[in-house]
Amino acid sequence: MASSNAYAQRDPMLKKRDDFEDILEERRNSSDLRYALKCYTPALYKGVAPCKSSMLKSMVLQSDQLHYVIQQVSKETGRQTDNVQEEVSAILDEMAHSLQLSTVRFFAFTLSKIFKSLFKSIRVNEEGIQRLQQAIQDHPVVLLPSHRSYMDFLLMSYLLYTYDLTLPVIAAGMDFMGMKFVGEMFRMSGAFFIRRSFGGNKLYWAVFSEYVKTMLKNGFAPVEFFLEGTRSRTSKSLIPKLGLLNIVMDPFLKGEVFDVHVVPVSISYERILEETLYARELLGIPKPKESTSGLFKARKVLSEDYGSIHVYFGQPVSVRSLAEGRVNRCQFNLVPRHIPGRPDEDIHSFVNDSAYKLVRAQEDNMVLKPWVLLASLLLQKQAVGQEQGTALDELTAQAVWLRDLSRQYGAFLHWPDQMTPSEVVSSSLSLHRGLVRTCEGKVQLALEHEGGAVGPQSAAALEEKLLSQAVIVLSCASYRNQALHVFLRPALLASAIHAASSNQKQEVFNSFSFLRNMFSNEFILCPGATVQDFEEACYLLVKTGTLQVTQKEVLVNERGHRTLAFLVSMLDPFLQGYQVVCRFLCEEATETLTEKQFIPAIRKFIIKHLLAGRLRYAEVLSSDLQKNSLAAFLRLGAVEKIKGVDQETLKVNAAMVNSLEDTLGGKLPTQKAVVARL
Amino acid sequence: MASNSSGSGSQGRAPQRLRIIAGHLQRPVDVDATVSAAECKAQGGEADVASDGKSVPKRRQEIMKWNGWGYSDTKFLFNKKGQAEFTGKRYKLSGMIIPALKEWMEGTFGTNMQHKSLATPALTRTAVQPPTLNEAFVEELKSTGVPFSHDAEDRVFRAHGHCLHEIFALREGKVGRVPDLVVWPNCHNDVVKIVELACKHNVCLIPYGGGTSVSSALECPQEETRSIVSVDTSQMNRILWIDEKNLTAHMEAGIVGQDLERLLNESGYCTGHEPDSMEFSSLGGWVATRASGMKKNIYGNIEDLVIHVKMVTPQGVVEKSCQGPRMSTGPDIHHFIMGSEGTLGVVTEVTMKIRPMPEYQKYGSVVFPNFEQGVACLREVARQRCAPASIRLMDNEQFKFGHALKPQVSSMFTSFLEGLKKFYITKFKGFDPDCLCVATLLFEGNREKVLQHEKQVYDIAAKFGGLAAGEDNGQRGYMLTFVIAYLRDLGMDYYVIGESFETSVPWDSVYYIFRVLDICRNVKARIIRECKDKGVQFQPFSTCRVTQTYDAGACVYFYFAFNYRGLSDPVHMFEEVEHAAREEILANGGSLSHHHGVGKLRKAWMRETVSDVGMGMLKSVKDYVDPNNIFGNGNLL
Repeated sequence: MASSNAYAQRDPMLKKRDDFEDILEERRNSSDLRYALKCYTPALYKGVAPCKSSMLKSMVLQSDQLHYVIQQVSKETGRQTDNVQEEVSAILDEMAHSLQLSTVRFFAFTLSKIFKSLFKSIRVNEEGIQRLQQAIQDHPVVLLPSHRSYMDFLLMSYLLYTYDLTLPVIAAGMDFMGMKFVGEMFRMSGAFFIRRSFGGNKLYWAVFSEYVKTMLKNGFAPVEFFLEGTRSRTSKSLIPKLGLLNIVMDPFLKGEVFDVHVVPVSISYERILEETLYARELLGIPKPKESTSGLFKARKVLSEDYGSIHVYFGQPVSVRSLAEGRVNRCQFNLVPRHIPGRPDEDIHSFVNDSAYKLVRAQEDNMVLKPWVLLASLLLQKQAVGQEQGTALDELTAQAVWLRDLSRQYGAFLHWPDQMTPSEVVSSSLSLHRGLVRTCEGKVQLALEHEGGAVGPQSAAALEEKLLSQAVIVLSCASYRNQALHVFLRPALLASAIHAASSNQKQEVFNSFSFLRNMFSNEFILCPGATVQDFEEACYLLVKTGTLQVTQKEVLVNERGHRTLAFLVSMLDPFLQGYQVVCRFLCEEATETLTEKQFIPAIRKFIIKHLLAGRLRYAEVLSSDLQKNSLAAFLRLGAVEKIKGVDQETLKVNAAMVNSLEDTLGGKLPTQKAVVARL
Repeated sequence: MASNSSGSGSQGRAPQRLRIIAGHLQRPVDVDATVSAAECKAQGGEADVASDGKSVPKRRQEIMKWNGWGYSDTKFLFNKKGQAEFTGKRYKLSGMIIPALKEWMEGTFGTNMQHKSLATPALTRTAVQPPTLNEAFVEELKSTGVPFSHDAEDRVFRAHGHCLHEIFALREGKVGRVPDLVVWPNCHNDVVKIVELACKHNVCLIPYGGGTSVSSALECPQEETRSIVSVDTSQMNRILWIDEKNLTAHMEAGIVGQDLERLLNESGYCTGHEPDSMEFSSLGGWVATRASGMKKNIYGNIEDLVIHVKMVTPQGVVEKSCQGPRMSTGPDIHHFIMGSEGTLGVVTEVTMKIRPMPEYQKYGSVVFPNFEQGVACLREVARQRCAPASIRLMDNEQFKFGHALKPQVSSMFTSFLEGLKKFYITKFKGFDPDCLCVATLLFEGNREKVLQHEKQVYDIAAKFGGLAAGEDNGQRGYMLTFVIAYLRDLGMDYYVIGESFETSVPWDSVYYIFRVLDICRNVKARIIRECKDKGVQFQPFSTCRVTQTYDAGACVYFYFAFNYRGLSDPVHMFEEVEHAAREEILANGGSLSHHHGVGKLRKAWMRETVSDVGMGMLKSVKDYVDPNNIFGNGNLL
């Protein structure tokens, strides 16, 4: 590659990352009560003591922004302004946090107990904490943790308390409010609540954005929210939601603050508390409504071992430097700042790009455990139908190979080097004994053996068995998914090479670009970065001796086939999954199919195919994949939403879906197919 | 409270103030033998009110610094005892010891009395390029009798304004492209002749008024190959008539501010136009840059004051046919002239509004617990449209700076009072000395109204936590305006470079937060960050003040200075920071300039400031008025 020099600088192997400290160690050696009652004096933003939360509310209520919207709403609806004002106060009361140190201390005590019983260790990069501390003093700070568990925001507050940092205020979903007592407890520990959907509600939006901005501008506390919007049930990062990011960037764009610093935080769980819960949810077994009694029932999870947690506080990102040369802030000069406006196209694309960058920053600092590699290997083996399982030695050898590969790709792998590989493997397997079974030195997923000797079973029983196997597969897949971002770009390239009809670089690129576009609802792929991603993938595969890339051609080295095969298999479930969705859309989609009916209908279709043996991957049953693929087809115009009399229906462009399916299956060259239209 | 101790004897304060500014300048002016101005003077007729006591001689270098600000006899220095001293006799501060300045400089900039960066003492004539003369032009010029010179000192003096890079280069003895010839027209007709000849012989003309430009407007364009002639208007400095019925006065455009006020005062009038540069800047310069005066709240800015303008352009003389106070006759042609920055012609004569001199003047000051409260108060004052003649708000850094410039107090009593005041404000009222800021006020009018007005303003201030802090603080604040310009030269002796720049910005209230405030904070922060990024070792001095209030916004002034020891190319770095600061101003809703003008320094932003079509409009005027670019100083467009 001509430009390989430029890449040397961003060689993932050279990424510098901080070391971790275990914070539970001290908890195990000293009094939790004393810890909960410790003197807590965080360093403040510009040394100014923050106002009370009641003061905050009145600042919001008196803001010009809100006054403007209140007047507007009253004019539009003919309601009295007092009446609208009351509604605003009610919204604010429902929303606002009421941070109290006593509640925080209570949580500090209880969580210490809980954490110690659940986790071996909670490891934090203290250099990151120091950077955060500095940032909090200099600029308004936004904390963006990854979201894999309910635990996340409690954990974040716990850590900030431990390190004597200003406690964050956290944007939480309204569903918590369902748990009466706990909801209030959360509120008092700094959570503020937002309704899940308030699309057209101008008033709500105004209160909400003003509330967040007021806290930010006054440096009241770091504002924390989840860029992914919700917990990822699959452990893949979700496509970022832009609403809150827009709000927190606004004060900078309008010059109300000099800068805002955004800190991506990566929280990696060795074992996720909600592991099987998520799998069930993805399979369509509805999630239990959050309730206090439910929480108590869930306490049996307390008796299990969930390994360790790694929390990595990333480099604070200055919004000012992100916007440098991207955004012309003068555009805000011609309208009074209190008049809310929809962001322009260029602001939208700036926020969108920033959001992707930040999610990738989260991904980059996710700590991977050896088990993640094992899960990837075991899933691949299960899919090709190795009934007997893999010998432990063989698995260990492959894991070591994969360890080295993933490190070359820049994975933040936490492989205990002081242990022998086989020790590492067996300890990982034992932590996840619910998912794997070791029998006579052979390892395989803990699925019940198929096709028993009992003879034909009823269809219902077969389906039930399939679903229970799928729970295990999806749980495993969620661990494999943790490593997906490491392999994603090389895997896209590998699949592109696999699908392309020749070695021509242009053709491989077309194929790569097609796949990348197809999967951009599934994985974190920055919009408009196709060429960079392609070059990055080429660079990595060339560096590891898998490929040779010349001016015109992409050639596979003799010793590269193994890597390539692994990478192709990594992506294969998704490729197959999308093809099945295509087939469903062509074969079964009726005129009256609505978006709501889509998931149950396709689930049935997939079960049928799985039972018939026409499909190997049980993980295609994941509603996440199904939703993402539908979103992709909608985006590409292969499916359209038609406004009907009382509901929206999905209209399928059969020809296009057909051609997408063929291209995904490698039957059609990308150029001739839909790529031109993409 | 000091404010109540009625301004005893303040009746005579207005003239006194002007005496402070200008009183010491009445020195005999050299009368050049070659001046053949007799016919011009006759033109003024009997109403030729006054022409004596000119402040500006043709050879300016005889009384003014050739490589720094102001009069040669006036400067800051550290005396043998290591104390700061202000020399000369012209200002109230002159001859005084300023004990706190040294410590302030060391603390703020990290300067060291041992590390000096002195200027080249005198101009090396060999460093100046020999003049490129257009012989035919010179020949014909001789026959008109208009005095001219191609002496190196004369030429260098007119090749620069007072931007940092200009003065820095002069201090190092570096001279770039300079005018090839300096001419001193004596009247409007002289200018007409000069412009005609310039057109005939294709010579480039650059009008020169007071030379106080801070926009690189006087720099000769590097690429200019024609002979460049600097048209120094300083000898066109007469008040031609005063019309007491209409309250107007007609002046030649070369008259400088202090002379104009002094001469009008003699007749009991004033224009009330007092830009900070009024000691040196000229009427023509004000018109050409859209200047603004400190007391604009009463008298208005230059565009409000001008009734009639005469400008000589390559196409002929442009002027209106009458002196009606307002006209609806299409776009106002005055607005092509005002702000044209010497690109269209030479402003030769101006009719301006005048007012009877105020009978009573009173200074005042208010201390606010913080800058935010101060801005909120100014906004309220503007909202109620009760701004005094001048109201300015200094931030905390500038307040401290002002303190560092306090002269040695002579009596124990004064220092005791000072201490008491300080104790009252910081301890009793709980103001944080690192946050508080000061507004300075100047009231004018009849005594009764002034006192009433004063009470109104102090009542508003009280609502925003402001405490009246006495007349002296206010007066010193305004006095410093004139003195502060001298301070840069002292800084430059000790590796400190600095500059001031300004903008105007809407109030834009957001609860307690104003765009005015945001811009102050953001620009200061940007300056500090840029300096840090560029490797400046000492934290820069970055401060601001709100100097004017309007219904819809305010004018904000920034000062920025830093210690450049250890930097290889300080001026370049400085310019980069200044550029970044301007970008920040624009991004925060500030304007490109409130009154300094665009010149060549801020030209790059003109298009985005006035839009493509706006640029086209301005260009088409230039193309019509001056198709051969005779007025080729390259400003603005």
